[in-house]
Amino acid sequence: MSKLISSIKEAVELCGIRDGMTVSFHHHMRNGDKVLNMVMEVIAEKGIKDITVNASSIFDCHEPLIGYMKDGVVTGIECGYMGAKVGRAVSRGMLKNPAVFRTHGGRASDMIKGTSHVDVAFVAAPSADCMGNCTGKYGKSACGSMGYAFADAQTADKVVVITDNLRPYPLSGFSIPEVYVDYVVEVDEIGDPKGIVSGTTQITRDPVGLRIAQYAAEVIEASGLLKDGFSFQTGAGGATLAAAKYVKEKMLAGGIKGSFGMGGITGYMVDMLNEGCFESLIDVQCFDLKAIESINNDPRHMEVSAEQYAGVSGRSAAVDSLDVVLLGATQVDTDFNVNVHTDSNGYIMGGSGGHSDTAAGAKLAIILAPLVRARLPLITDRCHCISTPGSTVDVVVTQRGIAVNTSIEKNRQLEEALKAKGLPVVDIKELKAIGEKITGVPKPIKQGDKVIAKVLYRDGTLLDEIHQVAGE
Amino acid sequence: MRRTMLFVPGNSPNLLMNFDILGADSVILDLEDAVSPAEKDSARILVRSMLQTMGDTGCEVIVRINPVDTDFWKEDLREVVKCCPSMIMPTKVGGPETVKQVADYIGQLEKEYGIPEGTVGIIPLIETALGVENAFAIAGADKRVRAMLLGGEDLTADLRCKRTKEGNEIFYARSRMVCAARACGIDVYDTPFTDVNDMEGLRKDAELAKSLGFSGKSSISPGHVAAINEIFSPTQEEIDYAHEVMDTIEEAKRQGKGVVALRGKMIDAPIVNRAKQVIEMEEAMFGGVRQ
Repeated sequence: MSKLISSIKEAVELCGIRDGMTVSFHHHMRNGDKVLNMVMEVIAEKGIKDITVNASSIFDCHEPLIGYMKDGVVTGIECGYMGAKVGRAVSRGMLKNPAVFRTHGGRASDMIKGTSHVDVAFVAAPSADCMGNCTGKYGKSACGSMGYAFADAQTADKVVVITDNLRPYPLSGFSIPEVYVDYVVEVDEIGDPKGIVSGTTQITRDPVGLRIAQYAAEVIEASGLLKDGFSFQTGAGGATLAAAKYVKEKMLAGGIKGSFGMGGITGYMVDMLNEGCFESLIDVQCFDLKAIESINNDPRHMEVSAEQYAGVSGRSAAVDSLDVVLLGATQVDTDFNVNVHTDSNGYIMGGSGGHSDTAAGAKLAIILAPLVRARLPLITDRCHCISTPGSTVDVVVTQRGIAVNTSIEKNRQLEEALKAKGLPVVDIKELKAIGEKITGVPKPIKQGDKVIAKVLYRDGTLLDEIHQVAGE
Repeated sequence: MRRTMLFVPGNSPNLLMNFDILGADSVILDLEDAVSPAEKDSARILVRSMLQTMGDTGCEVIVRINPVDTDFWKEDLREVVKCCPSMIMPTKVGGPETVKQVADYIGQLEKEYGIPEGTVGIIPLIETALGVENAFAIAGADKRVRAMLLGGEDLTADLRCKRTKEGNEIFYARSRMVCAARACGIDVYDTPFTDVNDMEGLRKDAELAKSLGFSGKSSISPGHVAAINEIFSPTQEEIDYAHEVMDTIEEAKRQGKGVVALRGKMIDAPIVNRAKQVIEMEEAMFGGVRQ
């Protein structure tokens, strides 16, 4: 028996894709992904309309979606993150139905709970066998973890694995097992390696970012959480990765043996594992080549599904055991709500991803951001879009001060500890005033009436709505 | 008293609005080499606006202006003097006449803007062979001169020798500058170490400068600031001793004693001055970043 079929076109036909259906994709191929575009091209060619694309993330490489939105081929998008190109088109009202944003954990959980139904899941697989066992850990388009694709494979009515590295059965070290898979298609390329990962993830040299990172590391130390058993998640960009450097220095200097590092994993976290800072890594997504190599070779570096990483449908998730998470923000308001969805003009350019999942789960959620970015202050009275509720955010660290969310009882002690350490603790309203002294008070963004996106919290409830940008 | 003087490009809004959080005791906002001729006007307006917006940040501000043989220096001063920077840095200063020229125009502007006379000081940048030879005259050229800075890169070009990390080629210039500055009772600052990634080289260079008598060191990289601060900071032992000296002097005054000894050694004027400098340095530590 073989599930191998000849083409994506045959897969579309065999799966019975028709008007009004939902097709899903994962984003481990990141900005090098070719699978979403290949599948949608076939769907469009067949004249199928009114499709909802449910992708764990949409990147700029998925720009062809804009044409399909115009033609009515795609009328809905559901995702955890949306890059600026497609985001701008959606913000202009080009998508018929409001886009639906979920958190990474919420997306998996909604699928598992049955509140988000996928008709056909297309799983880009860097290595697969003819029965559908597949993994991202090796192959010419290796992406490492395939954590976001698990729920799609488990819950979709039909599952198609698309690979550019067909291996003999049974595939060794598979991530997603054949039991979920209906068809396998071999293609020349599922992704462009240059867009899938960066060679190495670099720590910022921006002195402002480094200052913020230093402060963040000091906050972690003052929290009392930086001790044996410490668990930690940080991002790949800006000041957050730099903060990992300072945390690592403190751990090595103090002989602290952490338990696990988690997240999108970078080479820097792999270095921390190898230098004894952690016992293991929990990996839902790899950001660079070093992380991919590590997950393929080191059993301490573990692949997890999005549900296990950050969902609410299981009996627990890894975020519930997390001590500290470092997160970014495009906007923070005086209630500590965070926006990572829209840019300074109100256009969609991001999404929560695991932001609100980890903020909710971690004992200490720290937002790192410069107080002024380009022409605008970071802190406002009310975020243009609430991506992560302030009730889950503990500290905001900027280069000009650290604001502690003391409306959460446990943080009052932390605030005292930071003051005792001589750190510049500032009330968030005062921090807002400092930023506005430099930039002035920005005028509110003019919004249209049409709701172009709904932001769902990790439990599936509506957190906020994003309106069309006025004049678009 | 400053340990670090960090150069900040006058055309970089992101760094300008954050100059006071980079850890330096003092920043040199640069309108000269960092800014292309086409951007001179916008940079000086940017620097002026930023200084007016930021107000007193606790970090000392110096502005490096364009050379007096260009068309830019007067406009530079016209924009920035109204913000009362601590000092103006004229460049390629070869003799006292350049200092006088700049000092006179600053004085004229102070009058025009209603700023108390002598508010804005001068820190000449010595970066030519002529400047080194005239260092003593430059240091004493005007009462506005409060410090001098050595510029090793341009100097070695003028000396027609190669600039090395060891710095043997500028040893004479360093020593002469320290001597001239101290003779005139002003501070003196060392040239930047230009390899931003060589932290070990930086530390050696800064330790050498300290051993020669420099008050502190300039830097072109925020990444160098912490190491320079550390090297030029007094040790805890030195700080404790300085406080002990001052306490002893105070106690002697109360008791009406003229001459006092500490740990069996007479406390004379140089010891008191040194103690005052150390305490001043202690107070300046952290460049206003820490509360």
